Amino acid sequence: MAFTLPDLPYDKTALKPFLSEEAFDYHHGKHHNAYVQKLNANAEGTDYESMALEDVVLKSYEEKRPAVFNNAAQHWNHSFFWNCMSPNGGGAPKGKLGEKIAESFESFEKFKETFATQAAGLFGSGWTWLSMHEDGKLEILPLPNAETPLVHDQKPILTIDVWEHAYYIDYRNARPKFVEGFWDVVDWDFAEKQIG
Amino acid sequence: MGKFQLPDLPYAYDALEPNIDAQTMEIHHTKHHQGYVNKLNKAVEDSGADGSLEELLRNASKHSTGVRNNGGGHYNHSLFWKVMGPGGGGAPQGELADAINAKFGSFDKFKEEFSNAAASRFGSGWAWLVVNDDGLAVGSTPNQDSPIMDLADFKGEPVLGLDVWEHAYYLKYQNKRPDYIANWWNVVNWDAVHENFKKVK
Repeated sequence: MAFTLPDLPYDKTALKPFLSEEAFDYHHGKHHNAYVQKLNANAEGTDYESMALEDVVLKSYEEKRPAVFNNAAQHWNHSFFWNCMSPNGGGAPKGKLGEKIAESFESFEKFKETFATQAAGLFGSGWTWLSMHEDGKLEILPLPNAETPLVHDQKPILTIDVWEHAYYIDYRNARPKFVEGFWDVVDWDFAEKQIG
Repeated sequence: MGKFQLPDLPYAYDALEPNIDAQTMEIHHTKHHQGYVNKLNKAVEDSGADGSLEELLRNASKHSTGVRNNGGGHYNHSLFWKVMGPGGGGAPQGELADAINAKFGSFDKFKEEFSNAAASRFGSGWAWLVVNDDGLAVGSTPNQDSPIMDLADFKGEPVLGLDVWEHAYYLKYQNKRPDYIANWWNVVNWDAVHENFKKVK
């Protein structure tokens, strides 16, 4: 079964003014779609073809198959990223996630500050993650290119894409402004579900 | 005023139209390149790293990440502006043309190899034509690593460089990096590339 591009979980105009419709046309319709197509092309006729996406990510990383890994991980990362945002997002995390964030980073404000600094400062292309170790400890993890916490035995909780293509249409070189706007759309309910 | 300075562009922002648009050139030069210069000045101030830009990069492994990333950004962009120009394009002449033909078979074969290196660099980085122990060689580096850095995984003396960070082409080409690369050949200043070659061959 070939891998397929998931629909956005909201209308592509739903996150205005944080992200424009045009930004989604490219980011979802072109970039994410290209990762899916290239993953299918590279997985065709191999064991990867019939595996679950997460297993493809893990196995291709272990086997050092960048043409498969980069596209599989980017497919996974983007699918996850769309769900980290919502037109009803923003505010602060509640419940167990809110408590864990306060525990791990002193306060939600401190967490935001550190996460934003890491996201703005990640050099080159990549993603900044909030992830959870097996023992439940939270960590802010800036990772290059397609790399994901999955390959570091950590569970992704929240992520922001800081490849230039993620913000260049709406923000040009001003990555810190893009990161600042992200807080208005974060879907904390989705993030909360990830900690299990 | 910091130790390192943003060089002027050797032509107007719109001089490379339509292959590279004026808005991209202006943001690339006044925001991105300027940002590397500012952060490099801060990085050498903070770390006390001493020496010319070239010396810093050739010893990049001994310096901070800030010197590596921003020094590389300053060096690479300074080279990039000079290997392009209005009235560019065409093919190299003279001994550079001979060296390219001898090494790659033909100019078209060289272009193909260089274009592949540029298109297949995953994430941000640069494609290069360098002179190293193998003579002329084509390769790529990630982020702002430069082939002259002691820690680069592709080393040599740069003759020609192409920026394939998304900021170099996104406003005009968006996700179509191969189209950017194909059109970039129209603005390559082969006289400047030839001068680079003569210095390092």
